[in-house]
Amino acid sequence: MSETRRQIIDNIRASLGRGPLPDGVVTQLRARISEPEQGIRPRFDQDLAERFGEKLQSVAGTLTRVATLNDVPSAIQQYLDQHQLSKNIVMSTHAVLDGIEWPEDWEIEQRPARGEDTISVTGAYAGVAETGTVAILSGTESPSTLNFLPDDHIVVIRMDQIVSHFEDLWWLLQKQDLDMPRTVNLITGPSRTADVEQTIQLGAHGPRRFHVVLVEQRE
Amino acid sequence: MNLENRSAARFKQQAASALKDNNLKTALAKAKDGFVLKRLHAVEDLDEFEAIRAEARKIKDHALSHLDFYLEEFERKVKENGGHVHWAQTPEQACALVMDIVGTEAKQVLKGKSMVSEEMGLNAALEAKGHTVVETDLGEYIIQLAHEPPSHIIAPAVHKTRDQISDLFHGEHPKYGLNERLTEVPDLVNEARQVLREKFLNSDVGITGANFLIAETGSTVIVTNEGNGDLSQILPKVHIVTASIEKVVPTLNDTATLLRLLGRSATGQEMSSYTTFSTGPKRANDHDGPEEFHVVLLDNGRSKVLGSEFQDILRCIKCGACLNHCPVYGAIGGHAYGWVYSGPMGSVLTPLIIGLENSYDLPNACSLNGRCAKVCPMSIPLPDLLRQHRFKAFQRGLTDSRTKLGLKAWAYLVTRPKLYSGLTSLAAKALALLGGSRGVLRKAPLASGWTSVRDLPVPQGQTFQQQWKKASE
Repeated sequence: MSETRRQIIDNIRASLGRGPLPDGVVTQLRARISEPEQGIRPRFDQDLAERFGEKLQSVAGTLTRVATLNDVPSAIQQYLDQHQLSKNIVMSTHAVLDGIEWPEDWEIEQRPARGEDTISVTGAYAGVAETGTVAILSGTESPSTLNFLPDDHIVVIRMDQIVSHFEDLWWLLQKQDLDMPRTVNLITGPSRTADVEQTIQLGAHGPRRFHVVLVEQRE
Repeated sequence: MNLENRSAARFKQQAASALKDNNLKTALAKAKDGFVLKRLHAVEDLDEFEAIRAEARKIKDHALSHLDFYLEEFERKVKENGGHVHWAQTPEQACALVMDIVGTEAKQVLKGKSMVSEEMGLNAALEAKGHTVVETDLGEYIIQLAHEPPSHIIAPAVHKTRDQISDLFHGEHPKYGLNERLTEVPDLVNEARQVLREKFLNSDVGITGANFLIAETGSTVIVTNEGNGDLSQILPKVHIVTASIEKVVPTLNDTATLLRLLGRSATGQEMSSYTTFSTGPKRANDHDGPEEFHVVLLDNGRSKVLGSEFQDILRCIKCGACLNHCPVYGAIGGHAYGWVYSGPMGSVLTPLIIGLENSYDLPNACSLNGRCAKVCPMSIPLPDLLRQHRFKAFQRGLTDSRTKLGLKAWAYLVTRPKLYSGLTSLAAKALALLGGSRGVLRKAPLASGWTSVRDLPVPQGQTFQQQWKKASE
């Protein structure tokens, strides 16, 4: 233990007027971590997908709802056409994208993003209806650079992946016994800045546009 | 204002010069209403705001009363995930630790926004060792070009007008072949994006701050809108987090509660664009992410604030709402405060870190109007804490002799009610007479501090007590 560390801990204890915590208290504190307290959740009546879509669109994200995974390519094609984008796409190997047949004229590369990439398509771990947020966990099948370097970030997510509140997201992670990955990205709309005269401008350093294809089909 | 020599001890001169700065006036006027209205709408839209606020206060109070445990737990989890935790009592120690990690090989260092790194004076320390430091948050980038410190904890360049930003970019960017002087917001943002994109892709170390540290998982959390903090930490090989010790909270669920307040109070957003949880270095099979993950924990006097009458300030989540609602901050901006933090939270925290004797004026630069406490999401009684500082200053004999004399005279008077009412009644009558039909004085003895910049309204002939008596009859 470093001397400085010991001094800081000692100072904290001295200021709080006590020594090291008794074992009983430590046990209680550990229990508070393993059985975390529930926060007060903002209430809403809408169904999860509806709320998720509404909140996402309120922060300049866009959304297409499709019936099945087979409809995903045409939904993305429409998006590419609408914004006059190329068909050079860098993609994650996320399970939700497995088995989708992409149009033959798309140039798809499955890898982390590079500086010059313009469009990425990824999956997500979950959506959070509370705020229209998408949660993406880093991992072999989901490099974090795909979420930040391209101008357009398109996320494909199934409706049954949408949870109600952030507490549900953490509960899901815990239930599936997933350790925290290196990075958890909670993404709520495209990149933005208000640093020049408090005027909101999209596309500061990350994606200029953020699009979600919401698939009704269940797993 | 001369920013090179600014200090918290020269608040009065700095405030006076800030009041004469027209660019500052323009910039602050643009910012203020936006912040205030956006926050108001976001808070009104959340029925549970007050309940969440009460909950958040409990969470932070709990974390602070068990700070030793949660810091040790956080450290254990960081290590378990392959990261390193370093402890520093002073800014100098923290700088030395960062220097050791950065090493001598690294050329370019990226910075995400971190106020703790401002406390450390980290940029200057890195540059002194020959490293190139690139601030990547747009606001921080702007003020780095201007060689200025941040003037607001969440909007560091809030004091700059668009015109000034145009000039700064036009001064710096021709070296990248960008020769046109741009003036529109989208163009300015785009040009910075282009310049900084190259830096993101070619740097060796990324340094970010942390909004929260989570004991449950050993994660550090940043809340941003631009995505610069993310690019700064996933592209370079080394990610260093600089954070102060009071940032630790027990669990992910606790963080969810605090996040519901942070964005709404800061910018009126329910969630900022990017909330990112970083836990250790990249895993064996990850294709990207940093190979090393370090957290440098800075105390800088906070452990001594615990358990004192000022402990409540350690609940602060640095949202900036108190700055945005402060009439003093709104008039003079952040630089006049002379140190890293400004506005109400700064006036409480600065004396605790650098000493009341070096920042005597800060707790006095407040009308005790109470707006800051009303909007503080963590229910920090800021005006009470400022008053507490004033009390301490008086106890320690820091109060200047004129104020002391005034207080003495006042104390003499108010403990003699008959004399008090007689004298005040006389003064009210005399002033009313002097004020004449205009009801104001241009000059008054002992009041030049007031009358040199504005008229003094005079009493209308009767004292408050006389009017009160009359009204209750």
